[in-house]
This record gives sequence, C-alpha cells and structure tokens, in this order.
Amino acid sequence: MTDTPIPCADKLLALHAFADSELDALTTVAIEEHLRTCAGCRAALEKIEATRALLSRTSLRHQAPGALRESILAEVAPRAGQNRKSRRAGVAPWLGGGVIGALAASLALLLAVPDMAEPGLSDAFVDGQIRSLQGAHLVDVETSDRHTVKPWFNGRITYAPPVVDLRDAGFPLVGGRLDVVERENVAVLVYRRRLHCINLFIRPMPRLASPFAGETHRAGYNLVRWSSGGLEFWAVSDLASSELQEFRRNFERESR
Amino acid sequence: MTRRWPIPRLAFSRRRPAREEAGHDEDRVHRLILPHLDAAWTYARYLTRDAALAEDIVQDAFLRAFRAQASCHGDGKAWLMAIVRNCWHDWLRAHRRVETAAILTDPVDENTPESLLERQGETDRLRAVLGDLPEPFRETLVLRELEEMSYREIAEVTGAPIGTVMSRLARGREMLAKLMLESEEPDEREAMQR
Repeated sequence: MTDTPIPCADKLLALHAFADSELDALTTVAIEEHLRTCAGCRAALEKIEATRALLSRTSLRHQAPGALRESILAEVAPRAGQNRKSRRAGVAPWLGGGVIGALAASLALLLAVPDMAEPGLSDAFVDGQIRSLQGAHLVDVETSDRHTVKPWFNGRITYAPPVVDLRDAGFPLVGGRLDVVERENVAVLVYRRRLHCINLFIRPMPRLASPFAGETHRAGYNLVRWSSGGLEFWAVSDLASSELQEFRRNFERESR
Repeated sequence: MTRRWPIPRLAFSRRRPAREEAGHDEDRVHRLILPHLDAAWTYARYLTRDAALAEDIVQDAFLRAFRAQASCHGDGKAWLMAIVRNCWHDWLRAHRRVETAAILTDPVDENTPESLLERQGETDRLRAVLGDLPEPFRETLVLRELEEMSYREIAEVTGAPIGTVMSRLARGREMLAKLMLESEEPDEREAMQR
C-alpha cells in the first residue's frame, strides 16, 4: 500500500456530516474551501462516499414478512374497524417511506403550485420527474441490464444515448423510458439511490445551448446539467446536489 | 412489470385537530405507524440478528405503538423506531441470564424475497459484516444509511446526544470500510501475505 495522505483529525466528524448534508451553510462552505487544499481530507471524504455507496443498496433493507403484517393488521382491526366500514389496509402497498415522501412531495407541488407561469426548460424536466413518480410510468423498460436498455431506444429516438450501470457506485440502473420535452421525444434513464429516484434526460444538444455544466434547483428538486459528445444530459432528483454531482461524475467516467 | 403507486397521504394533512383524530383511529394508525413497518422490521432485524426474535420485537413494538399513539406528535417513524429499540432493550433485560450466545452469533438472514437478486453474495456479505459490528455502531449505520434518518432523529431514537451519534457514525463507517473496502482485492492481499 502506498502512503495515503492523512486527513485532519479535527475535521473528520465534519467530513461525515458534510457527506450526510447535515452541515449548515457556513460550515459547508468552510469545508468545501478546506477540501480544495487538503489532499488528506479529500481522500477521507472519498472513502466515506465509497462506504455510503456500499450501504446504499436497497437490498440491505429487509421487507417485513406477510404473516407479520397480517397479524399486526389483525391487531389493529378490531379497535379501528368500528369506525369505518371500508378498510384500506389490504390495498396499501408497503412502500418505503422515501417513495411515499417523494410522491407526497410531488403531489403537494402540483396542488400547491397549480399555475406556474410559463414553465421553463428545467421545469419541463422536473415535470417529467414528477410524472414519472406518479403513475406506473417510471420506466417503459424495466431492467438493470444496460444491454437491454440501450437497444430498446433503437427506432424510438434518432440518437443513441450512452447507457451504463452505476451499481458499484451505489446508483443501480432501474430502466429506461421515453418522455417528451419541448415536443421532442427524449430518452430517460432511471437510476436509484437508496430510496431516491434519479431521472436522467438525454437529448441532442440544442443549437443554442451552453456547452458548460451547471446545476439548478426547482421546486425542491435538484437538476444537474452537462453535455458530452453532442448530447445534453439533465439529471433530476430530490437527492442532495452533492450526491447528484457524484452521480454525474460516475456517469461521465463510465460512459467515456 | 408495471408498478402501481398508491395515492399518498399528503404531508400537510398529517396534523389534524385532536378531536378529529379520536374519530379516525384507523386513519391515524395507518398514516403514522403502518407505513414504517419495513423500517421497523429492518431495524429489528439488525438489532436482534435473528428473524424470529425480530418478529416478536416488531409485534410487541406495534402493540405498544397502537396503545400509545396519542403520545406521538409529529413524525411517526422516529417515534416508532424508538419503541422498537425499547422493546429490544426490554427483551435483553428480561433474558440477560439466559444464554444469548446462540442468538447473537446467528447469521444474518437466509430467506428474503431479494434472494433472487444478482450479486446476492456480496449483499449477504455486507449484511453479515454490518451485523457483526458492535450494536451502537450497527444501529447508527442502519438508521442513517438504510433508513435515511437525520442526525437529530437518530439522537431521538437512540437517546444519545448528537455528538455521540456523529462519532458512532464516523467510527461505524470506518470499521465497515476496513472490513469491506480494504479486503476487496483478495489477490493483492494473498500476495502480500506470501
């Protein structure tokens, strides 16, 4: 093993909190500043990110057995059953809290902001993300196999989007679908991060688009944009922007 | 395969006047506690490291939660997780004199629906490594990384100050990284041992 640069001992907890997006704005800026000049802390942060990526697999969670669910429902039924005739219990799928939260957030958005004036481009992508979380239309082709996803786009769009699986980086590929942005069909790749969803919109570079990468926020969603090989990429998610940037880095590296 | 998402209960409909809640027991329970069954189950599995015991713990926790639901204000998840933890510690206290070694060394899970997923081997190993960490680090990692709870919520569940939560998390990640990341290249390790 080669010498690894040593992180600053007094910064270690702050680095973890930074990775967890738990720092306040001032400290975040201070840490970012410090990371630029300290190789040791950069290495430490990378290790933290790698560990988080390992743990971000949804399969580490356990799904409660059906029998347990039944017996708990039976426990509550006699008390609450008197109040109501119809019970929703059997219908409600037991989704993770994150998914419910994302759905609630997106629905709340629709209800709270019904008349957004003339939605801009990033709004169009956020809308796409929200639509995808609402109905059964998260993916048209559901597979973690990029060799299935890539040919699926053939004939549906006029360009070939790069498809990579980022499972090892903690962003497993869920599938792909077609969406419509500015009246054009665009390819969307769907990735997962823990309980969050990332929609990656890929389309040919519009003629007047800036070649520079950038990020923005809309209605609680983070958007990261970059371009490569004549294509424009928009990643949309409710993930923290630091994690979305991490996703971009991994995608760029793998699709090269 | 298509997924059907349910219409979610909206965040801003959560807080209702207390008198109304009395009339909608079931609603409140469904909204507050039941959505967190998988979370409670996951937490109990990693706490107990035993499926049968976890089932008892979760059942007990839900019973207590139903009985005490009036005492839950705000987020049901942290509240429920704290109850799960209490049930586990009560169980430990009650069984302290009983031989627990068999339970504590039981391997982590065998029979989950995910067992069909690819890379099961590595997931199994991760679960086992996580399960082998000392409890304070294990539970902090589970609550943070698997259940995505905030530092404040974890402090609430575990009854530890935020600073302790942070240092447990840092230490836990470090231990896990040592076990998982640094042993990822077996060839290199063997070469070094020679």
